[in-house]
Amino acid sequence: MNWMEWLSFGFVQRALLAGSFIAVLCAVLGVFLVLRRLSLIGDGLAHATFGSAALALWLQWNPLYVSVPIVMASALGILKLTEKTRMYGDAAIGVVSAVGIAGGVLIAGLAGGFNVDLFSFLFGSILTIGPLDVAVSVILSVVVVAAVSLFYQELLSVTFDEESARASGIRVGAINQVFGLLTAVAVVLSMKVVGVLLISALLILPAVTALQLTRSFRATMAVAAAIAVLSVLAGILVSFALDLPSGATIVFINILFLAAGLAFRRREGRAGEKTSP
Amino acid sequence: MSVDVLDIRDLTFRYNGVDVLQDLRFSVETGDYVGLVGPNGSGKTTLIRLLLGLLEAGQGEIRLFGRPIGEFRDWTRIGYLPQKTAFVTPRFPATVREIVALGRLAGKRFPKILGRTDREAVQRVLERLDIADLQDRPVGELSGGQQQRVLIARALVNDPDLLILDEPASALDPEVRDRFFQLLADLNTERRVSIVMVTHDLGTIGRYSSKLLYLDKRIVFYGTYEEFCHSEDVTRIFGAFAQHVICHRHGAPTDGGGLTPNPLLPGMAAGPCGEDRCGEERK
Repeated sequence: MNWMEWLSFGFVQRALLAGSFIAVLCAVLGVFLVLRRLSLIGDGLAHATFGSAALALWLQWNPLYVSVPIVMASALGILKLTEKTRMYGDAAIGVVSAVGIAGGVLIAGLAGGFNVDLFSFLFGSILTIGPLDVAVSVILSVVVVAAVSLFYQELLSVTFDEESARASGIRVGAINQVFGLLTAVAVVLSMKVVGVLLISALLILPAVTALQLTRSFRATMAVAAAIAVLSVLAGILVSFALDLPSGATIVFINILFLAAGLAFRRREGRAGEKTSP
Repeated sequence: MSVDVLDIRDLTFRYNGVDVLQDLRFSVETGDYVGLVGPNGSGKTTLIRLLLGLLEAGQGEIRLFGRPIGEFRDWTRIGYLPQKTAFVTPRFPATVREIVALGRLAGKRFPKILGRTDREAVQRVLERLDIADLQDRPVGELSGGQQQRVLIARALVNDPDLLILDEPASALDPEVRDRFFQLLADLNTERRVSIVMVTHDLGTIGRYSSKLLYLDKRIVFYGTYEEFCHSEDVTRIFGAFAQHVICHRHGAPTDGGGLTPNPLLPGMAAGPCGEDRCGEERK
């Protein structure tokens, strides 16, 4: 069987389509997360996603529809804990993360275990994504990227210097809430692509790789998105060809891109040292 | 009737039950150049944060251009330069032009989109500050002094009526610092831009500011430069050396010398007195 035959399968097409949109979404948000030192928020919200997926399975509802509102509430919860209780950001993420995992395990216990279904949420199963989930993923991805475009200048300002952004009249609290909600959507959608345990990789790795290669903010987002899409497309095809888990394959291809980016950066650094006066 | 740029009435700020600022009452008029000084922990930065709306006052009132700070929206009239550039991440990927343009957001409504007028304003301020050649460089790759100039450009990009500067020259080398203070002096005299500047550099206050506000949780002295120099109370409070450094406008050296600690004002520094020029006046 050759590549063209694989591409003719409906489930492969759905995986490539949904995966590409979600990859762009995660990469764009990931640049802001990495620069704001909020990389671990992906992990925290992923664990909340695990809890909400367990709840959805117990209720026998679509996990996507249950998870989006719950994980959005978790994102706002992290912000509120940080603002209202003087809790450090990483501690607030830890609290939400613990509630998510413990809640998921408790619900799994109450339901007598979900076995294979819950396992697919932990490690991703993009090749099993259905037409409705593809449509929802594409629409939500477009909405989130459009929202980032509308709030781009405010997000850049807050990312660079929150205090000066506040001093120039930008409503930093509202911007942080919008950003938290967008991240929550990205995390829930990524659950199908790479699984709960690897969601933060999809958010962090393309952004970190792009930061090795670019010199402006817009270029960083564009390169991160390109790397993310290439990783997802290659990961899906390689995992299908070699019968490997798709989520882990996508992450490993991302890691190869990062290694290449670091090597490029190092070479550029050396070249700069040689040419500088 | 002219409206004060800044009007502070009975302002008190407490943090964790401790008074950080007590009963402040002063005003800044158009064209004032106020040097804000005081020992470490005296509340200077807290006062700046209150003026910018970053903190909420417990008691008292702050009015900006005649409006209570809670109702003030015209933030394009205020330029702010933060104390440190340490928050600039070394690998932060935005260019100088992108960062300076952020200063233009203050006057925009949603969606905040920058157009040709904004790009022209950015170009003008980059040229005025002599950093147009840096405009495509990532800000994270610049030296501390260059980053400070970028932030100064961001503060000036709207041609503000009030500049609030928190130790603006701490990362600048002597030559750039002189040019920067000359630029502020020009803005102050030619465009009547009001300036409130926190500094530990007494010489700078002496050379440029028209008023001096000495803060130590409360206002110890607020008045004009001349009042400061002729006040016996000031001599008693600050000591003759500090008064001398300010009143004789020696300033900090520009020939490579560093600031020296001032034994009479803990946490503050003064330019060397310059024995060759006025040793006979030194008490």
